[in-house]
Formats: sequence, structure tokens, C-alpha cells
Amino acid sequence: MHKDHLGIREITRVEGHGNIVINLSKGKIEELRLDIIESPRFFEAMLRGRRYDEAQHIMSRICGICAVSHTSASLKAIESAMGIEISAQARLLRELAFAGETLQSHMLHLYFLTLPDFFKMGSVVPIMKSMPDILRPGLDIKKLANEIGRVVGGRYVHPISLFPGGVAYTPEKKELKELKDSLGKSFCLLDKTVETFSQFPAPLFCKDREFISLKDKGGYGFYDGTPFSSQKDSIKEKTYTTRIKEYCVPHSTAKHARTRGHAFMVGALARVNNNFADLKPLAKKIAKRFGLTAPCTNPFMNNAAQIVECFHTAQGAIDTIDKLLLMGPKPEKAGKPAGFGTGIGLVEAPRGTLYHEYTINKEGIVVRANCIIPTAQNLRSMEEDLKSYVPTLLGKTKKEITQGVESLVRAYDPCISCATHIMNVRFTS
Amino acid sequence: MVLNCEEEFPAIVELVNIVNFREAMSERSNDYDIAFIEGSISRKEEIRKLKDIRERASVVVALGACATTGGLNCLKNRFPMEEVKSIVYGKDAGLKIYDTIPAAPIDSIIKVDHRIHGCPIIKEEFLETLKSLLMGKTPFTPNYPVCVDCKLAGNICVFEKGMTCAGPVTRAGCKAVCVTYGRICWGCRGLTDDPNISAHKETLGRYGLAEESVLRSFDLYGGYALEKGRGKKNA
Repeated sequence: MHKDHLGIREITRVEGHGNIVINLSKGKIEELRLDIIESPRFFEAMLRGRRYDEAQHIMSRICGICAVSHTSASLKAIESAMGIEISAQARLLRELAFAGETLQSHMLHLYFLTLPDFFKMGSVVPIMKSMPDILRPGLDIKKLANEIGRVVGGRYVHPISLFPGGVAYTPEKKELKELKDSLGKSFCLLDKTVETFSQFPAPLFCKDREFISLKDKGGYGFYDGTPFSSQKDSIKEKTYTTRIKEYCVPHSTAKHARTRGHAFMVGALARVNNNFADLKPLAKKIAKRFGLTAPCTNPFMNNAAQIVECFHTAQGAIDTIDKLLLMGPKPEKAGKPAGFGTGIGLVEAPRGTLYHEYTINKEGIVVRANCIIPTAQNLRSMEEDLKSYVPTLLGKTKKEITQGVESLVRAYDPCISCATHIMNVRFTS
Repeated sequence: MVLNCEEEFPAIVELVNIVNFREAMSERSNDYDIAFIEGSISRKEEIRKLKDIRERASVVVALGACATTGGLNCLKNRFPMEEVKSIVYGKDAGLKIYDTIPAAPIDSIIKVDHRIHGCPIIKEEFLETLKSLLMGKTPFTPNYPVCVDCKLAGNICVFEKGMTCAGPVTRAGCKAVCVTYGRICWGCRGLTDDPNISAHKETLGRYGLAEESVLRSFDLYGGYALEKGRGKKNA
């Protein structure tokens, strides 16, 4: 009997360590696994017994790419548990830092991790050497996005000034105006991004699925909103953990998740699908250009959804700066704790819905913490997609199958470091 | 952070042949001169991997707080490992895949030639270290406390504002950015080689603060060093 084992050992160009194992027998998949081998990190245990005002500092370290998202979810959980009020200005500054991170993370994924697939190259390095002009817009937007993080939070990653009760630092008017100018100029860089990425149409791979993301009353669910499913029902914050069930699997240090017994997808594509009507007009136009209309069930279109979100976010950041400039900005006093208990913080991290929940006692000590990470919520969906996608690749060379399989996983923009709290394909024979 | 060198990256790839960077590259090779190692040790298998890298590389650089001090990961060392696993994985905590050992910096296992401190690392310090290594120079690492950086930055001392701070015993080089942006020093760059602990205690006394409150803030990043220090005292 002919047996083929396709193993991708330590999948590259994703955040964290994972393997894909594919066992083929007589042209059929006998076994397919996405092994997550990243060291488990135990953040929920690390947080236990720490003071509430250290929590966002600790939890930011879950990820060097989406640190603002973890900080934001953490602050929301702390502030909701302790009844801490924050000012309108603090909220806007946090939203601005958040927008910077979305741009930065999407650019990193699109240009550094995905683009090499399109050119059949192993990394961004040969692109940098042979086609620097293709890369330039990505580098420039990423740099601007990092600068937003620095102006608001004090540095590129692990924001300093965002802390329970508000912000410990307010940027100068001049700095905000400069950011606004640069954001205005970023649209022509984003146009170039559209030009580059629209040359590489997504493989056709549509598969019905449930999309979960936040949805905001006043607009696109990003920094705020309540969880919403494409099955047309909203999920209450408090019932998120009964609706989204995490469970352990023996081949992954990251947990998997299901809703009502099946897989679901979170991330840019889920957000665009659930919030399409609330996209800014320019972003909608770009969606059209990529043929992205809601509902879109092709996971490869997550890349296009990220580009659409970059337009939406750049415009959103300009609007936020305008509001801040009208207000001052001026230094402020931090809000103080008014109680204790359990609080939940939800945001749309670049890779999807991020959930932090802490119980804080009357001494201000965290006694229990639970985090549900976007990539963990996507793992089951990724595995199921691979099971449907690999048969369409059979007959191709191992190299081509590996490339196809890796591209699919990369399109999800998985962050395994966050989720363990991916990748090598391994073919076995 | 290395991928945040947008301006410098093209020059870096001209000067250095990057052969293994799993996060950003598909190609990989085990033939290298300089190894930058991120992260702390938290699994038995990593010890073997680490020793293997040490054998291959002529220069080993510990990159970031987890590698240089054990970092925040050492917070889990406050509990027995069985408890740590069950807090996160519940009834499935016994699965082999979740095996873990107390976190430790990489120099607890192998010899480290240079250290780039901090969480996060500072881009300029990374670039300076890389440049020095390429020119055959010893990279410069400050060995004075964050207080020096803080004075240079023109900050008001956080003790004056009624807060505590790990700055007086923490290695400088960060331009005291956390204090500049309204917070305190959390000690992410580790202790200076010869921290003036007794003077620090005096300062704390002057502000009516107990040593314990600073040790507490310092053990976010200094847990491993403190534990080791206690071990020495007991020995």
C-alpha cells in the first residue's frame, strides 16, 4: 500500500512554532494535524497574585505584534472589574494607538509574511534586494503605524502610557498634527499596496462557515462592540465563554475552540463580513476592487480584507486625531478604582476577537484570569479547511502542496505565540 | 522588534547573511557565526537545542529580557509547576505536551557573549550591537542605574510623586522612557552588575517606603535574580 506522509516541520513566516502533518494513503487523507509546538507560557498563572495595575503590563507581553490589543483588552477587564471610569480623551488616545497597531500588524503580515508566497520566494529578503520598490509602500506605512504607537504609547511595542484609569501621558498637538499629515499621505501608499496585491488573485476555495467578530452600534467593530455571529445573532459579553468553548487537544499547546459544536472563523474577513455596511466609503470601494462582498467564505480573502481594513483604519485614525485636536489635548488625572469583582475586556485584535477576563479581590490582587486568543479560536477552522483544501492539491508535487498548504495557513495570519499561551508541513511515509 | 527596523533592514541584509529566521523566512541553515537567542528556558527539550546552538555559533547574543533575565516568564516560578499547568489547562493539564520547567535565563544553561536587555529591546541598541560585532568591537552595555538616564531626560523623580520605582538598581540604556511617559521603571533591563542595594534601601526609607514594596515591583523581571540571591544567602 502506498503511504505518503507530508510533514511541514516548523511552518515558517508565521508568529510562533507549529507543524502540519499530512498522512496520505492511496491518494486519500488518512490523518491531518496542525501541531502547535510552541512552549506553553501560562500567562493566566503568571497573573495570579499580582496587583491590578501590573496586569496590563504583564499581559501586553503575550505578543510583540499585537501588544496594544492585549493591553486594551486587559485595561477594559481591569476597569470593568473595579468600576474605574476613564475620560473621553483617554478613550480616543487608546483608540488611536489601537489603530496604529492594526495598520502595523496588517502591513507586517501582508508584506513580510504573505508577499513572498506570491513571488514564490522564501522570504522578504530577495524581494528587498530585487524589487525594493514593491516593498517600499509596506515599509513606509509600517513605519508610520509604529510612529503612532510611539507618539501615544511611548514606544513601538508594549505601550507605556496606557494604564488603568486612563493615560499617563498626552501627546503634543504638534505630534498629532504630524501624524495626521502622514496618515493623509498614506493613502497613496495604500493604493500601491492594492496595485501589488490585486495582481495575485486568491485561490478559489469557498466553504460555508460561521464568522464571529465584534459589532459596534455606532460603527465598525474594532476597539469596541459586542460579539456578533454571522448566523445573525449577537452574543453577550458575559456568555462569551459558554458560547465559545475552549478545549484541549493532545497535539497542540494552544487550545482549540468551537461554538455550538462546530468551527468558526475570527479576524479581518470575519469583521468585514459582519460589519460591511459600516466600512468607510473608501474602504468599501477597495473591497469592490478585490471582489470582496459580504458574505465571503474564502479564507484566502482574509488578505484582501486586511487591505480593506487598512483604508478604513487610516481614515478612522484621522477622524480620531481631529476629535483629539478639538479637545486639547491636555494632561489628565487617572480614574480611581471604585470596587472589585470580575470584569471582561473584549477588542478586535488584528487577528480577531480577543477576550480577557479577570477576577480582582478587594486588595486589588488578581485572583483569577482567563484569556481567549484569536488564533486559538481559528485553529479548528484552519484544520478543517486544510482537510477540504488538500484533496484539491493532490497530484501536484510535494513542493507545490507544501506551498499551497502554507499559504492557506498564512492567510489566517496565525499568531501561535499568542495562542499558546505554526509552522513546518510534515509528510510522513 | 527586529522587523521594526524598516529603514535599516535593507542595509542589514546587505551586510549580514541571515540564514535562519523562522518567523520571517522559509529557508533555513544551521551554518552560522552569530546567534541571537530570544526567550527564556521553560522546557527540558530547549536545553538541548540551546547547547546545540552554542556549539555551532562563535558568538551568542541573548536578545531581550526573557533571554537575559528569564523575564516575566519567571512569574510562574512562584507556584509549583503542577499547579501552573492546572490553572491554564484544567483537567487536561497532565498531557505530555504541556510539560514545563521553572523559567530561567539562557545563561543558566550556556555561556552568553553579549546581552541586549529590555522588554521590549531598544532598536538602536540592537543595531549598535550588530554593528559592533561586524566591526569586531565589544558592544557597549551601560552599567549604571536608570536614575542616570532619568536625570538626563529631565524627569521628575517618581519617588517625589509618591510612587515606587525599580530604577535605582536597574541597568540603564533605555533613556528612562517609562518614566518619561508617565509611569515607573519596572526593572525590565535587569540589575546593574553591582547594584547599590543599601543606598536604595536608604532612599526608600527617606520616602517612608518598605524594601518589600520595591522588591515586589522588581520581581516582575527580577524574580530569577532575587531567587538566586536568596539561594546564595542561604548557602
